[in-house]
Amino acid sequence: VLEQFLQKGRVAALLWEVCQQPAQPGAPELQEALLSRVACLPDHVSNQLQGKSPPVFFPQNYFPLLGGAVIEVLQKISDSLRGGLDCSISFVSHILGKVCVHGRQKEILSVLVPHLTELTQSDCIWQRICWRLVECVPERWMEAVLLGFVQRAPGADVLSRLLGNLVVKNKKAQFVLTQKVLLLQYGHKTAVLQNLLGYLSLDPLRRSLLIQVLQELLETWGSSSAVKHSPAEQQQYISKAILICLSHLKESEIESCRQELLTSMMEGVKCHLDSNLPCVRRLGMIVAESISLKINTEGPVLKFQVRGSMKFMSAVQGLEERKVLKHMIQDVIAKLLSRVIPRTSRGTLSGWASAVLADARAVVDDDLIPYDMSEDKELTAKAPLYLRDCIEVLTGCEDVDKWEATVKALEGLIRRNPAAAREVKHVELAKILLHLEEKTCMEGFAALRQRAQVAVLTTDPIPVAQYLTSQFYSLNYSLRQRVDILDVLVLAAQELSCPKSHGNTKHSVAPKPGIQLLPGSDSSKDWRRIVDERIKSKTRRIATGQAQVEPAASPNEFNSVAGHFFFPLIQHFDRPLTTFDLLGEDHFVLGRLVHTLAILMYLAVNTVAVTAMGKALLEFVWTLRFHTDCYVRQGLLSCVSSLLLSVPAERLLEDMTEELLEAQSWLGDVVEKDPDGDCRRLALQNLLLLENLKKKL
Amino acid sequence: MALPPPDPQFVLRGTSAAVHALHFSCGDQEPDVPILFSGSESGLIHVWNLKTRRVDTALDGHGRNSVYCVETMGSKDKLLSQGRDQRICLWDLAEGRTSVLDSVFTENVGFCRCSLLKMAQGRWLMAMASKALAEVQVLELPSKTSVCTLKPEVGAKLGMPMCLKLWQVSCGSQPLLLAGYEDGSVVLWNLSMGKALSQLACHQEPVMSLDFDSERTKGISGSSEKVLSIWSLNEQQNLQVYKTHRLVNAGISDVTIRPDRKILATAGWDHRIRIFGWKKMKPLAVLDYHTATIHCVSFSDHSQPSERLLAAGSKDHRISIWSIYTQT
Repeated sequence: VLEQFLQKGRVAALLWEVCQQPAQPGAPELQEALLSRVACLPDHVSNQLQGKSPPVFFPQNYFPLLGGAVIEVLQKISDSLRGGLDCSISFVSHILGKVCVHGRQKEILSVLVPHLTELTQSDCIWQRICWRLVECVPERWMEAVLLGFVQRAPGADVLSRLLGNLVVKNKKAQFVLTQKVLLLQYGHKTAVLQNLLGYLSLDPLRRSLLIQVLQELLETWGSSSAVKHSPAEQQQYISKAILICLSHLKESEIESCRQELLTSMMEGVKCHLDSNLPCVRRLGMIVAESISLKINTEGPVLKFQVRGSMKFMSAVQGLEERKVLKHMIQDVIAKLLSRVIPRTSRGTLSGWASAVLADARAVVDDDLIPYDMSEDKELTAKAPLYLRDCIEVLTGCEDVDKWEATVKALEGLIRRNPAAAREVKHVELAKILLHLEEKTCMEGFAALRQRAQVAVLTTDPIPVAQYLTSQFYSLNYSLRQRVDILDVLVLAAQELSCPKSHGNTKHSVAPKPGIQLLPGSDSSKDWRRIVDERIKSKTRRIATGQAQVEPAASPNEFNSVAGHFFFPLIQHFDRPLTTFDLLGEDHFVLGRLVHTLAILMYLAVNTVAVTAMGKALLEFVWTLRFHTDCYVRQGLLSCVSSLLLSVPAERLLEDMTEELLEAQSWLGDVVEKDPDGDCRRLALQNLLLLENLKKKL
Repeated sequence: MALPPPDPQFVLRGTSAAVHALHFSCGDQEPDVPILFSGSESGLIHVWNLKTRRVDTALDGHGRNSVYCVETMGSKDKLLSQGRDQRICLWDLAEGRTSVLDSVFTENVGFCRCSLLKMAQGRWLMAMASKALAEVQVLELPSKTSVCTLKPEVGAKLGMPMCLKLWQVSCGSQPLLLAGYEDGSVVLWNLSMGKALSQLACHQEPVMSLDFDSERTKGISGSSEKVLSIWSLNEQQNLQVYKTHRLVNAGISDVTIRPDRKILATAGWDHRIRIFGWKKMKPLAVLDYHTATIHCVSFSDHSQPSERLLAAGSKDHRISIWSIYTQT
């Protein structure tokens, strides 16, 4: 019976009936009952029929049908309004709200929105009806309905027609649209943001809201705890919203709130640049750039070298530099213009004439025979041939060309004859290299220095490693130098632990200039690559049972020196110095340190010291496990992985059982609760490794 | 296969300081010996005997301040020298004397060499950078009376004058001055009116040196860039760029056209002398001998073309003497 009822379009009639009778006694109860019946019909039916309900009652069919019915009723209502009759729309609104809150927005609105879009195109009565329709939705259902509309509207202008000034009138709607969607949720698409913010910008009444929204967004963007604790996706979402907002603002409006924009931008830049994650830093820079572009229509504009600038130049400095530069450029252009224009117009003709004459004369007697000029090449300074000379040049030479040539030649010199290189103390050389500053704008300077440092460290590992690790924790070094030490240790360890020939070719072929510029991403990728390779090689062996071709056996040179690389680094991390506080402000270096330790641990596989190293590392991880910075946490998790991979299983289970169990529960926590996606993934990987370990027994 | 570039004819050593200025005086009749004057960073002016290739005398008149310009006035007995002590000295060297006759206090701290032009017997014009920025003063020598002061218009940001060249179309006609400035432009001044006739932006960087061929009304200038700029002066007294020539290495400290206007030489920061054919700027030779920046190049005024020499003074304390393209 119900089926026929539906198919004959009686629902519409039913709704229409209800709309026509205004407030009869006893009606509320009746309405309530009807409402729940209509909105939940598919559930009722399927409950009754035990899952054998006919296709009409499937939600995906029923709700579009209902949508059609709603349209029909609205059509009638509009007719009757035109006829001067009064009728209530609230029942339809109730139905809409209830359906939406039951999670059927997609089905019903996919029918409603296109129709309403078309109908409201030109007709103001329809527009009114539509506004009324949304307005009458009860508060508790408002959110679902609004979200549905915002998501489905094809554009900001359509949304504006459909919703009218609802945001201004309705408190709940205002909350949903300006707070919840923007600040609390971050799963929506960019189109949704554009719809919503476009909608806010389309009416003068709503524009004040737009500015308010922008201020709130900026507050969130600039708050350091939000930057630290919210996931990267949300920060990206908020940044997008800010950029869209900015594009909607007019000059006059920006004028009115310029000061506030500036202060919040400054704060935001500060805490974004403080972050360890390159993507967050970059995001901060991009947003700050566009804000400053907006608020400074004339004069200084903030500009970052978005591609990995390690120099955290303060925003103020940047502004001033820009100012000067801009003035200079303007001057030059003005000069050029004033000079070029009059000159070119005059005297072109006579110029031609004299040129032709001169040429004619020249042809007559030009009998001078040139000498061989093939030796005329670009000038290059000669590089020194001995390490001792290099040291001299690097410490006290004023000649820039020579200095550059020396830096370029250094790595080769160190590597060429390690035995003869005893003529100098390698520690001394390492010291010079560590303090070497870039004197000129030399291409690839950082990479060259790094390679030279690695070369020194690999030729004479023990004393140089001792020197470097002790310097890592001493006073008076810049962050750059400390990070350098870590990088060099990692690269040298990698080289030492690889078979000889392999290491050499790899070094000459694939230098890694990027590591200095974007250390964060690079090293963690590095690490992951190693682990991935490792896992891959393992699985392959088990699955196919084929032994890989063994590279020529050679002693692992890292074996004897692993401890010298590792232990000094792990010892002093909790003793803050006046200039260097790993657990406090310098969490960036801490993050790098942790990653370094993870790699060293991994490279120490099959060495004698590995068990002791593992133990120390596990303790280290345990003390830092609740660090607030997610880059550090990622490093810690990497540490655990490399530990599990490097230390032999029996040693792990005999010596560190308790610690491992503790770690397991911590990992479980991380998998469930950590806000950072990478952390969760790493923790999961660790748990799998632990499981494998158990299976082996 | 082209011939390999020649070696220097000979090399003069012993200034024990960088050489900044060179000037030949070889035009006198035999039995007078040809002479080369060189000004060095130590403030001495060495008088080289080109027969014996030894220093005849060393003149000390600038209080150990670098000498960056030496010129003779008519004969080798009358010498003009300019030093970093902001003085221009006039020497009397006749009969073995070594005394400063007179001196002009320039009050200019730049490196702009002065320029001399003979007006009549015993009457000379000298242009020099003066105390005020961008200002050039022209004096009459030996009376030291000021002829005119050339100031650029207010607002024209030329910077300091870097090099000067006084010239006249023919004997007895109006003297004119070409001046290269710090902003890379070359300006043609009319001395009698004290007015700039034409201005040309030849370079992006300061003009280090210029020379001008009054017969072909064509000049050349070098700067710290990799470009030589050749410009010409038309009948309306307008300067215009004729062509530019790209160099392999940047930096030209001196450029000189040989008196017979066949070739020109440049002194390069890349330690090399370059020789070009002046008519078409055809590169002819690259002379590679010095081991440091070359500061100056100069051609001799031998009356016999076959004896003509080229000298180059360098920061490496040496003066190299070359004999090149003498058969034309």
